[in-house]
Amino acid sequence: MSPLRRRLMFGVPLALAVAGGEGFYILLRRMQAQDYDPHALPSPLIGKRPPAFALPGAAGMQGFSNADIAAPPKPMLVNWFASWCVPCAEEAAMLGKLAARGLTIWGIAYEDDAADLARFLASNGNPYKRIAADQQGTTAINWGVYGVPETYFIDRNGIVRWRYAGALTDDVVASTLNPLLEKYA
Amino acid sequence: MRRVVFALLLLPAIAGAQALVTRDGVTLTPAQESRAEAVGDQLRCLVCQNESIEDSDAKLAGQLRGIIRTQVAQGVPDRDIMKFMVQRYGIFVLLKPPVSPLTYLLYAMPALALLLGLAAFCFGRPRPETPAPLDEAEALRLKNLLQ
Repeated sequence: MSPLRRRLMFGVPLALAVAGGEGFYILLRRMQAQDYDPHALPSPLIGKRPPAFALPGAAGMQGFSNADIAAPPKPMLVNWFASWCVPCAEEAAMLGKLAARGLTIWGIAYEDDAADLARFLASNGNPYKRIAADQQGTTAINWGVYGVPETYFIDRNGIVRWRYAGALTDDVVASTLNPLLEKYA
Repeated sequence: MRRVVFALLLLPAIAGAQALVTRDGVTLTPAQESRAEAVGDQLRCLVCQNESIEDSDAKLAGQLRGIIRTQVAQGVPDRDIMKFMVQRYGIFVLLKPPVSPLTYLLYAMPALALLLGLAAFCFGRPRPETPAPLDEAEALRLKNLLQ
């Protein structure tokens, strides 16, 4: 066996193993830093306006349609939630903090019951300026919502810039939402 | 007797009614139902992520099955039903990913692996090394030994 072949037979598998290890290491590091979530799905709505809809109000608040979020005066969030959803209750405090900071949040109650919704808002607080009811879940399907809570970031032109599935946490707000608010302010 | 004849006359109607399948609130003929199932089998349930829409018990999967069946009843082609789903949920909803720049590497993998294996096989196989020719002293010794 020539020295070159011997070196290659040792070196090539070693290089492959090192490259694979490095790849997994980067993946895990990014997952740990909340920079990458293997379960997150890219939303086809990113870069587009939400599809046409017109939903009635809920919990005594005004509902809204796609036209109402076509050109908001400043970037805003549309938050899909439901009184029957456990992570939504956990997220409520964070939404309250964001609303107190002056961020406009509109809610869409997904397949919810009016009485349950009123109770949910009474016990968890109401960070929403408007709440629409998607009783049948058809608007949710058109938006590509696959669970609650889901939060959509909408810029001044009414374009969806970010979708987050799951309860917003301090980490997510710091790493993604705050930079977006700065970028599209 | 007349009653029996009447009942017999009704039989085909009953059989026809039984042939229709109702699932997720939409009634279809067996042919339409099997078409709807074939479409649903190719779509991933977004809630449980590793089941098809047909297999999943999630509520969203049931709603999507209803949409598929409504569209099948309206005569929407399979391709357009798939497009409807991809527009909303992205290509992740397809259990079989389409060939696109994002998936070239995925689809090229079997061929790449085969090539890599062939290269390793050809390159890594130990080849018998031809021994160096004997020098004069060795040739003499061999000659003596063979005598």
